[in-house]
Amino acid sequence: MKLRLLVNGEPREADIWEGESLLYVLRERMGLFGSKNACEQGECGSCSVYLGGTLVCACLVLAGQAGGSEVVTVEGLSEQGRMHPVQEAFLEAGAVQCGFCTPGLIMATHDLLARNPGPTEAEVREALAGNLCRCTGYEKILAAVQTAAERTGT
Amino acid sequence: MTQAPIRERAVTPDGIGESVGRPDGVPKVKGEFEYSSDLHVDGMLWGATLRSPHPHASIHSIDTSETGTMTGVFAVLTHEDVPGRKVYGMEIPDQPVLAWEKVRYQGEAVALVAADHPETARRALEKIRVDYEVLDPVTDAEAAMAEDAPRLHLSGNVLRRVDVGHGDPGATAEVVVEGEYEVGMQDQAFLGPESGLAIPHGEGGVDLYISTQWLHVDQDQVAESLGLPPEMVRLTLSGVGGAFGGREDLSMQIHACMLALHTSRPVKMVYGREESFYGHVHRHPAKMRYEHGATRDGQLVYVRANLLFDGGAYASSSNAVCLNAATFACGPYDVPNAQIESHMLYTNNPPCGAMRGFGAVQVCFAHEAQMDKLAEKLGMDSVEIRMKNAIEPGMKFPFGQEVPYPAPVREILERVRAMPLPQERESMGRDLRELPGGVSNTTHGEGVRRGVGYAVGFKNIGFSAGFDDYSTARVSLSVEDGKPVARVLTAAAEVGQGLVMVQAQIARTELGVENVVVETADTRIGSAGSTSASRQTYVTGAAVKEACEKVRERVFDLAREEFGESDGLAIEDGNVVSDGLVVAPLAEVLGDAEISETVEFHHRATHPLDENGQGDAHLQFAFAAHRAVVEVDTELGLARVVEVATAQDVGKIINPLALEGQIEGGIAQGLGLALMEEIQIDDGRIQNASFTDYLIPTILDMPPVKIEILELADPEAPYGLKGVGEPPTIASTPAIVAALRDATDRDLARIPVRPEHIVGLEVKP
Repeated sequence: MKLRLLVNGEPREADIWEGESLLYVLRERMGLFGSKNACEQGECGSCSVYLGGTLVCACLVLAGQAGGSEVVTVEGLSEQGRMHPVQEAFLEAGAVQCGFCTPGLIMATHDLLARNPGPTEAEVREALAGNLCRCTGYEKILAAVQTAAERTGT
Repeated sequence: MTQAPIRERAVTPDGIGESVGRPDGVPKVKGEFEYSSDLHVDGMLWGATLRSPHPHASIHSIDTSETGTMTGVFAVLTHEDVPGRKVYGMEIPDQPVLAWEKVRYQGEAVALVAADHPETARRALEKIRVDYEVLDPVTDAEAAMAEDAPRLHLSGNVLRRVDVGHGDPGATAEVVVEGEYEVGMQDQAFLGPESGLAIPHGEGGVDLYISTQWLHVDQDQVAESLGLPPEMVRLTLSGVGGAFGGREDLSMQIHACMLALHTSRPVKMVYGREESFYGHVHRHPAKMRYEHGATRDGQLVYVRANLLFDGGAYASSSNAVCLNAATFACGPYDVPNAQIESHMLYTNNPPCGAMRGFGAVQVCFAHEAQMDKLAEKLGMDSVEIRMKNAIEPGMKFPFGQEVPYPAPVREILERVRAMPLPQERESMGRDLRELPGGVSNTTHGEGVRRGVGYAVGFKNIGFSAGFDDYSTARVSLSVEDGKPVARVLTAAAEVGQGLVMVQAQIARTELGVENVVVETADTRIGSAGSTSASRQTYVTGAAVKEACEKVRERVFDLAREEFGESDGLAIEDGNVVSDGLVVAPLAEVLGDAEISETVEFHHRATHPLDENGQGDAHLQFAFAAHRAVVEVDTELGLARVVEVATAQDVGKIINPLALEGQIEGGIAQGLGLALMEEIQIDDGRIQNASFTDYLIPTILDMPPVKIEILELADPEAPYGLKGVGEPPTIASTPAIVAALRDATDRDLARIPVRPEHIVGLEVKP
């Protein structure tokens, strides 16, 4: 089937098999490998993207269901090559080790700060509890979110 | 010759000791970093693996006739198609590339397909008919030891036994404590699944882009099974999404290469999460019987231990784990008499091998529980008894090796004890997220009890017991676009820990240049050894350092040729200086020259243990102590870790931020083993091969970590450094369990501790 999406502001089209997930289409049909596949069942958050403005696990969305929608992936956060403050904060805080969880955590942080510009520590922990990281022990991630909040907050 | 004074002691920016950013950091946060599962070339096929549904079965036949005719399927391969050696393995080649005659664990690879879409490949696997005769599985190590147990391998079921005997085997003591301890099977649970891309290179060989911990040990095994000389199999490291020991063994490497060579097309293989649980080895489950004897004032007299490890179906690195466990069984204590038996058995459970901590984790849980038990029996403080028995440089470990300096066991214990405890807060009325059970709304503060526990552990750094452990580094220095640039090439695997920046930091410090490029690791250069045993900063770090030193000497030769004899030459801030005065800019000294040096660094020789388990088996020892504070909901058996404090000796801090990351991440994995992480196996079958059912800590589970670092230089190591990756994972688990015991008064002899182990406590008013 033919699938049309607005991805990171650009209209995209792909011939897909009906059983493909949005994640598969983004990665394998559109070459956007930033969203990661680590569990295929919505447990790890590594494939988090915006679908119509809502943060979703792209592995749980059948691509066909997303037809005509607007999708924003981690590749869509930088503007003119300039990193988003959330991305900068993750780098500076040492929140990136192997980095496989990083795109998903950056998307989840971006979403959290859009909803709640000044989250408490408990709110950060709750908001990011759907994103698994195996390397960092989360301490530096927490610090990164707090730094990003200070820079983007009102 | 320009002569300008420069500052007294130039420090190259971003050299060792600073929190230098990762060169791979920007692509990682932008989603542009290429992991092995992101590799893509036009015309590539997808490989997939048929796995045994049975933990133990004979194979009578494999029928692939239906699959071969499917549209979109380009290859179906079985053991008959393995061109070279039909088995592989790092230490003992006992594992079939593709099973024939028998399968020995559920999930063992039996056949392969390559197809134009992953779904086509999956459907093709369903059409392969394997005629199995199901056999009774041997499902635990004790059963495997029985005289009438089925022999799983020609060599028998005992994979390895290591005995350590030291002092008087009949020693007696005034106070004796005994215990039986059990550790479940932990998974590395790296997030990036096993994956890679094999591309036939047109000359009969293959290029493999791969996530691994050790390119050359992969290359050797892949080449052997493809029947090719190693140079025909070229490996390049792609982005690695974590490792923790789970990528030391092969997974899809040989399979992807076979499919690529068979189809003459690029073949990508990516495991799903479920398949990943079958696709790599795990941490060994252990059953450990301990007896400690001590004087009435708490001095250890003897330790007797019987350790039983389930190695699973194939050998992997079980040999070395068995030895490690035997040598670390007594803990970092002065034990005058020790009798240790360490047994490693083959079973029909999933194969076990390397995971962070490598044999030291299991025994640390047991010896630390014993120390607490002894303290309790004697009415002593749990830290005091550890300090009283702490091992010191100049003493001997029970395996006969002299304890080298530094071994600050007492000091790290003192440091963690001295750190202020987190304030005890009223549990009623707290934010639910700060209570056991969290937003599950299980307690509002009633029935919550707090506990504090301590533990100390240690680990060998580098490969041991006579293994020729080395790394190769090539460092080149030349002028690019008017600026001196150093290039570092090794085959060392960056798996997330930050070795790429450490290599760059070392080159900056040694060569005084700002611009350092760490090239992608591949097999164009000699082996760097494995990214395991916390060894890369030490061993590859030393190789890079020595290569830099040689390059620097040649720069000085050039400077002397061009500018005359000078004393006290150094490179500082991009200038060659003599006794602090600038001789010439480095770029000018270099001119068009490219200076390149390759160094193979071998660390000091280690030695195998003798028949009594005695010998200088290990290179370096790293120590860490932990204190955990927990809260337990006594009605539901839910636990929350409030804080972990740690003190660790690292010799020399190379990168403070990365060091903290290793410590915090290691503690998270230790917390997982204490409270939630276990591959559940029933009758040889994994019950929880997913992230829904195999739980790893989330950001809600992980407490704040307080860290104190000691820098006691190891005189033998580059910059005095010690490996740092594993110690945080070792004593953090027993510290958390000790805190749970303190809160619950339960024995808690098995990890992970489950709610049913700590539920139903009498609620104190």
